[in-house]
Amino acid sequence: MATNPDETAESGGVFHLHDVSKTYHVGEVDIPALRSVSLDLYPREFVVLLGASGSGKSTLLNILGGLDRPTSGKVFYLDHDLTAASSAALTQFRREHVGFVFQFYNLIPSLTALENVALVTEIATKPLTPLEALTRVGLADRQHHFPSQLSGGEQQRVAIARAIAKRPDVLLCDEPTGALDYATGKLVLEALEDVNRELGTITVVITHNVAIAGMADRVIRIGSGRIIEITTNSTRMRPGDLSW
Amino acid sequence: MLLRDLWRLRGQVLAAAVVVACGIAALVAMYSTYYSLIRTRNSYYADYRFADVFAQLKRAPQSLVEEIQRIPGVAQVAVRAVRSVVLEVPGLAEPATARLISICERPERGLNALVVMRGRVPNPAADDEVLASDTFARANGLNPGDRVAAILNGRWQSLRLVGTALSPEYVYEVAPGGLFPDNRRFGVLWMNGDVLEPAFGLKGAFNDVSLALAPGANTADVVARLDRLLRVYGGLSAYTRSDQASDRFLTDELGEIQVMASAIPLLFLAVAVFLLYVILSRLVQMQRADIALLKAFGHSDLSVGTHYIGFAAATVASGLALGLPLGVYLGKVFVGVYRGYFHFPQLHWMMPASLPVALAFATFLAAALGALGAVRSAVALAPAEAMRPEAPARFRAGVIDRVGLVRCLAPAMRMLIRNVTRRPIKAVLSVFTISLAIALMVVGRFPVDAVNTLLRWQFDGVQRADVAAVFSEPRSASVLAETARLPGVVEVQGFRAVPAWIRALYRSKRVEIVSTTPHGELRRVIDQEFRRIDPHDDGIVLGQKLAQLLAVKAGDLITVDVLEGTRPSFQVRVTGIVDELLGLGAYMEHTTLSRRLMEADTVSGVYLRADPAQWEPLLAELKHIPAVAGVSSRGALLASIKETMDRSFITFSAILTLFAAAIVVGMVYNSMRVALSERGHELASLRVLGFTEREIAFILLGEQALVALAALPVGLLIGYAICALLVPLFDRENFRLPLTVSPQTLLVAGSAALASAAVCGMIVARRLKALDLIAVLKTRE
Ligand SMILES: Nc1ncnc2c1ncn2[C@@H]1O[C@H](COP(=O)(O)OP(=O)(O)OP(=O)(O)O)[C@@H](O)[C@H]1O
Ligand SMILES: [Mg+2]
Repeated sequence: MATNPDETAESGGVFHLHDVSKTYHVGEVDIPALRSVSLDLYPREFVVLLGASGSGKSTLLNILGGLDRPTSGKVFYLDHDLTAASSAALTQFRREHVGFVFQFYNLIPSLTALENVALVTEIATKPLTPLEALTRVGLADRQHHFPSQLSGGEQQRVAIARAIAKRPDVLLCDEPTGALDYATGKLVLEALEDVNRELGTITVVITHNVAIAGMADRVIRIGSGRIIEITTNSTRMRPGDLSW
Repeated sequence: MLLRDLWRLRGQVLAAAVVVACGIAALVAMYSTYYSLIRTRNSYYADYRFADVFAQLKRAPQSLVEEIQRIPGVAQVAVRAVRSVVLEVPGLAEPATARLISICERPERGLNALVVMRGRVPNPAADDEVLASDTFARANGLNPGDRVAAILNGRWQSLRLVGTALSPEYVYEVAPGGLFPDNRRFGVLWMNGDVLEPAFGLKGAFNDVSLALAPGANTADVVARLDRLLRVYGGLSAYTRSDQASDRFLTDELGEIQVMASAIPLLFLAVAVFLLYVILSRLVQMQRADIALLKAFGHSDLSVGTHYIGFAAATVASGLALGLPLGVYLGKVFVGVYRGYFHFPQLHWMMPASLPVALAFATFLAAALGALGAVRSAVALAPAEAMRPEAPARFRAGVIDRVGLVRCLAPAMRMLIRNVTRRPIKAVLSVFTISLAIALMVVGRFPVDAVNTLLRWQFDGVQRADVAAVFSEPRSASVLAETARLPGVVEVQGFRAVPAWIRALYRSKRVEIVSTTPHGELRRVIDQEFRRIDPHDDGIVLGQKLAQLLAVKAGDLITVDVLEGTRPSFQVRVTGIVDELLGLGAYMEHTTLSRRLMEADTVSGVYLRADPAQWEPLLAELKHIPAVAGVSSRGALLASIKETMDRSFITFSAILTLFAAAIVVGMVYNSMRVALSERGHELASLRVLGFTEREIAFILLGEQALVALAALPVGLLIGYAICALLVPLFDRENFRLPLTVSPQTLLVAGSAALASAAVCGMIVARRLKALDLIAVLKTRE
């Protein structure tokens, strides 16, 4: 494992990405999804990733979450080198530290809301109770409903409850409001914001909705696999105050 | 498109094809075996003029032949001198029993003609030359030129083997009254009539008749007339082929193969159709959009349906291509096994050319049926509707939730249970199919279990004498004291056995009444539960099968017409019915029988218990007692039976177990692949959440494990039930199979099924490694 001083964690970053590139090979063609991205994520921060379709946002998020490995470069979570980790170690990393929220919720249809959350709390070390997690997203009264009995927004909030129930160190959300209408989208964003504020979870949200950038500490713009711009908001707006 | 679908689902297609192949193979193997045996039998019987009617008698003059010939319907008459003698065979410790049969100058002609296999027929002038049955000679390693010794005319004579032969009378070569072949210790010897007849006191006379009937003859009438003619000559009732020991066994066996040849392949085809249905339903579901598109472009229902039927046809076609050669191979194996039982001059494997054609037709029809079920829903779809993805699975709280059971389970366990209970019919069908396979394994081993129980009953319960010796003529009971003085004899029990007709109203049956000694331990009358049912007082105890044939019950009076000596007739009360496993028993207390026969205390033979250390001298002495016509040793008989059983039954049961395992593999593999494709999305989501491969494997395979485990008791029960249904099929006059399934069978069936399921699990689990976690996040299920 490389422990070259300037490659290890520094400057208080929880995540430290150094010169990360990801290239997909499809047949003879190379598709560069990320090109030498370097980035740090700090405790308690709320980050929004913006960028055109195909710019590499999901690829970056997946690498942060230990779902994928970069083609080159280094990724550190604290002092864990994710690039050198085995697939079992990555599973363990996701299990202990990462919460995911996806565009299509990915709830288990055969389990109730409460059970979907319990699925994760059972394998976590210091979890919230499933009911606490649901309460946090305002769905305590729907705990015994199956996904098919919930609306899209409700399902997404269950997914958030499931993601935060283990008190993850980082919450990674890929277009969490992508499939939701305006009002429901706001509810979901509020839930994310609450979690970030109250539990101090590092939160990374991918979105195509520029307005959402207003609620972030930092906004990272990605284009063609590179970080084009990082802006720091002096004040974070409440989701309720956003409009689009 | 067809090829691409086949390739994509190749694992499942292969599984279904293997099940089809097993069914085809089973059918081809069994039917061709049946066909080979029946064809060979028919041509053998015809070419070598197997007689139609048989009778044994005490002694009749040659002049009677002309009278027999005059019976209307009789085409041909053959008379012989036949008697059992004790034989000394080099290299065999126990005495063997030989059936000595007189032959004329040209034994290859006439009724029951001989087929000389090796050497030649005895020289008409020679007085010590014999032809031995080929089966007996082979079993004992005897070759033309070797010698055996027999007591003829009260003195030892050395007989020279000049050849070996087979006869249609002894296709199944068992000692008279015997059930299982023991080819080392029982054999047929043919010898010049000029030598044999005087030796048996039958000069110018005969004691055995065979008749060939003219076409259209009235068999019952011929039998009755023959009986009337032979009556004064000590005739023992004539009988037809169906009571001829060898033919009876052969016919019964053919009947069984026929039953098996239809039942087992049907089961496989049913499973195959079900598998095809499942695979195609899944395929149709995945291709809803394609189907809609095709229909939107104006393709007819027919052309859409044809695609899926083509898929099914391709599957069964590969099943046929696999199953036919396998069936031919197994058919040859089966025929080989039968070569050890049934002795034909040659038994070749044969198959009617029409069989593969008929089979192909039947399987394609079955496949089309299975496909149609799945395709019906596809072609019924309105194009617009089919474009939409199928409605997502809806789960509601089920019964189990209400019971509150689920609440105490881990979420993974709940997923498992809800998934199983969400589609109860599918779950039940899967359980049922796998249990059928398990049942098949139980059924496959049933003959082994049943025969073992039967042997235990016979050799531990009934026939407990180490040696039984039968005299050529009934002897005074004083012989018992003499036998007791033979070396090593510890206990002697005499018995009287007389042939007789037993009549009750208009029903009658020819049996042998055997006497019993009160508290005699060497030969007991016991029921299936090993309880003694001794005849007592003046009564008779009948075996259950005999009582059934005569429609009598305990307390009824029956009439006995003795066929020996002075041929007395008497009435006797049935005092007990005993559910024996072998033969048609009729038992009377020894002194009662003597009184009824109006004879002094006589015995037909003795049962002996002997000191094993004195075994050899005892057998040697027994061989040399002229009055002894046959000796059978319990141990040798048992060992020989076991050997033959093992060879055939174990082959058969191993093949069935293998085939059943193929069903289990086919079913489980299929269900798992379907589950994987239906739930891959869900499983990948779990992996993203941090579940390990092992944990999701548990969720995926747990469902199948649950199904397999549920199938286990069901399958064992169904297997037991099928055995119970089979038992009446084996309810024969010769023997009945006891309904027993050994723990070993349950263990073998259960573990074979679970092992096959586990193997599938491991194969499918490997695919879990390849789950694409990222792709899952991009799509909506
Ligand atoms: N499995 C893959 N194989 C080949 N190329 C891929 C694969 N996954 C992503 N890519 C390519 O990598 C690039 C970045 O993809 P990514 O999914 O990260 O984009 P994105 O920014 O998330 O886009 P969107 O906003 O549409 O979700 C794209 O050009 C995409 O085509
Ligand atoms: Mg994306």
